[in-house]
Amino acid sequence: MLEINVKKRLRDFDLQVKLDVARGKTLMLVGDNGCGKTTLLNLVAGLDNPDEGRIALDGRALYDSESKTNVPPEARGIGYVFQSYALFPHMSVYDNVAFGLRTRRMAAGEIKILVKDHLEAAGLWEIRKAKAADISGGQKQRVALARALIIEPRLLLLDEPLSALDVRKQAAMRDELRETIHACAVPCIIVTHDLRDVACMGDQACLLERGKLALQGGAEEILSWGLGMNLK
Amino acid sequence: MASNQADISRFDERSLVELVNHEHETLGKAICIPSMTREVALKVGLALLLTLAMTFIALPVVALFLKSPLDTILRSLHDPMVMDALRLSLTTSTLTTSIVVLMGTPVAYVSARFHYFGKDMADSLIDLPVIMPPAVAGIALLMAFGRMGIVGHYLNAFGISIAFTTLAVIIAQVFVSSPFYIRQARTSFEDVDLAFENAARTLGASRVYTFFHVILPIAMNGLISGAIMAFARSLGEFGATIMFAGNFQGRTQTMPLAIYTAMQGDLDVSLCLAIILVAISFVVIVLVKTLTRRVYKKC
Repeated sequence: MLEINVKKRLRDFDLQVKLDVARGKTLMLVGDNGCGKTTLLNLVAGLDNPDEGRIALDGRALYDSESKTNVPPEARGIGYVFQSYALFPHMSVYDNVAFGLRTRRMAAGEIKILVKDHLEAAGLWEIRKAKAADISGGQKQRVALARALIIEPRLLLLDEPLSALDVRKQAAMRDELRETIHACAVPCIIVTHDLRDVACMGDQACLLERGKLALQGGAEEILSWGLGMNLK
Repeated sequence: MASNQADISRFDERSLVELVNHEHETLGKAICIPSMTREVALKVGLALLLTLAMTFIALPVVALFLKSPLDTILRSLHDPMVMDALRLSLTTSTLTTSIVVLMGTPVAYVSARFHYFGKDMADSLIDLPVIMPPAVAGIALLMAFGRMGIVGHYLNAFGISIAFTTLAVIIAQVFVSSPFYIRQARTSFEDVDLAFENAARTLGASRVYTFFHVILPIAMNGLISGAIMAFARSLGEFGATIMFAGNFQGRTQTMPLAIYTAMQGDLDVSLCLAIILVAISFVVIVLVKTLTRRVYKKC
C-alpha cells in the first residue's frame, strides 16, 4: 500500500495531495499541463522533497517531515518510467536494462540470465546490442519499462508512458502495458492526458487541478468525467 | 460591314490584352532587374569580404611555411634550444592539462548542477583569467607565490621557492588555461539531461556511481575537447610564464619563449619552433571539431 499525504509550495500554487494506492492497483493521475502531476511522482520517487507530510510504502516511511525521515531515491526501490524514457544514450539496450542490477553489485552470470529473460519477454533480445539512441519510440518504451521492472520494484511510477508513440502504437502498447503492470502486483501510478489510458489501465483515477485533487473515483466514473473535461 | 466591325473590335481586344501583358512583362522586368542586380552585388560583396578575411588569416601561416625551407627546419630540430623547449613545453602542458582536468571537472559539475550563495561571483572568477592580460596574470602570480608574495613569503621560510622554476611554468599555465576547460566542461554537464541522472538514481545508483557511469560518459566528448583547448592554451602561454617563471633554457624556457629568444639570434630556430606550434594548433582544431560534432542524441 502506498500512502501519500504531502504539501509543497510550487511557483504558482501549493501542491497538496492525500491519496492511497493499494497493492496491485493502478491509479491514473490526470490533469492539465503544469498542475503538479510530474512533481508528485518526483516527490514519491525522492527526486524532489515535499515541504511537509508523509509518504509511506507498505508501512515503511519513505519521507516523513515529523520524524525527519527521507530515504534517498536509490534506496526506495521504485521503478520509474520517465516521459522521455531517459535511456542512457551511450549504452546498448542490454546495458540499459542491466544498469539497475549492476548498481546492486549482482553477479555477472545472474545479471545475464535476468536481462535475457526480461529482454525476451519484451521482444527486445534481437536488438540488445543496438545503442539506445538508435531504436524506435515503441522499442524505447519497452526498454524503459524492462529497465524499471528488472529491479523488482515495490512501486511503479509511469509518466505519460504512451505520449511519445503514434496513435496506432499507443493502442497496442496500452493492452501490453496493462498486462505487464498487473503481473507485477505492486501499487502503480500512471500520469496521463488521455482518458483512453484511464479507461483501459486504471483501477482508480484522480484529477489534479492546480495542485489539489479535484476529483477522485473508480474506473466506472472515469468516462463520465470526460464529458466536461479538456485535459489537453 | 458588320463582320468587319466585329473583326476590328476583336483585333482591338487582342491588341489591348497583348499590350497590357507586354506592359506587365516590361514592368516586371523593370522591378526584377534592379533586385537581381542588388542580390548579385550582395553575393559578390560577401564573397570578397570572406576572401579578404580568409587571406588575412591564411597569409601569415602560409608565409611561415614559404619562408622556412624543409632542410633548414630539419636541421634546426637538432638544435639543443629547440629540443629543450619542445620537451619542456610538452611535459609542462601535459602536466597542466592533467591538473586542470582533475581539479576543473568537479568545479565544472558543481557550477553546472548546483545553486549556492556567491555562485555568480565564483563563475566570474573562474572566467577572469580569459580576459586578464597574460602579463597581469604573471605579475599577480608573482605577488602571490613569489619570494615576497603573500603565500610565497611563508613557503620561502620553509626553503620552498616557486618563482622562476619549472613549477612556476606549470602554475602559470594552470592559471591561464583552466577557464578554457572549466567553461567547456560546465556547458557539457549542463547539456546532460537531468532525466538521465534521475533515472540512474531511481535504478539504485548513488550520486558518485551516477556521475562516473552516466553523466561523465555522456559529457565526455565536451570534456575532451575542453582538455584539448586547455592543452593548446598551455602550449602557447607566453606572458604569464616570462613574468613569473623567467626565461631559462631547459628549466622555464617553453616554446613561445624560445621563439622570442631565438628571434634575436637565429631566425631558423624561431621558424622551426613556430611551424611545430602551428602544426599542433591545426591538429587541436581538427580534434576539437571532430569531437564536438559527435554529440549523443537524446533518448
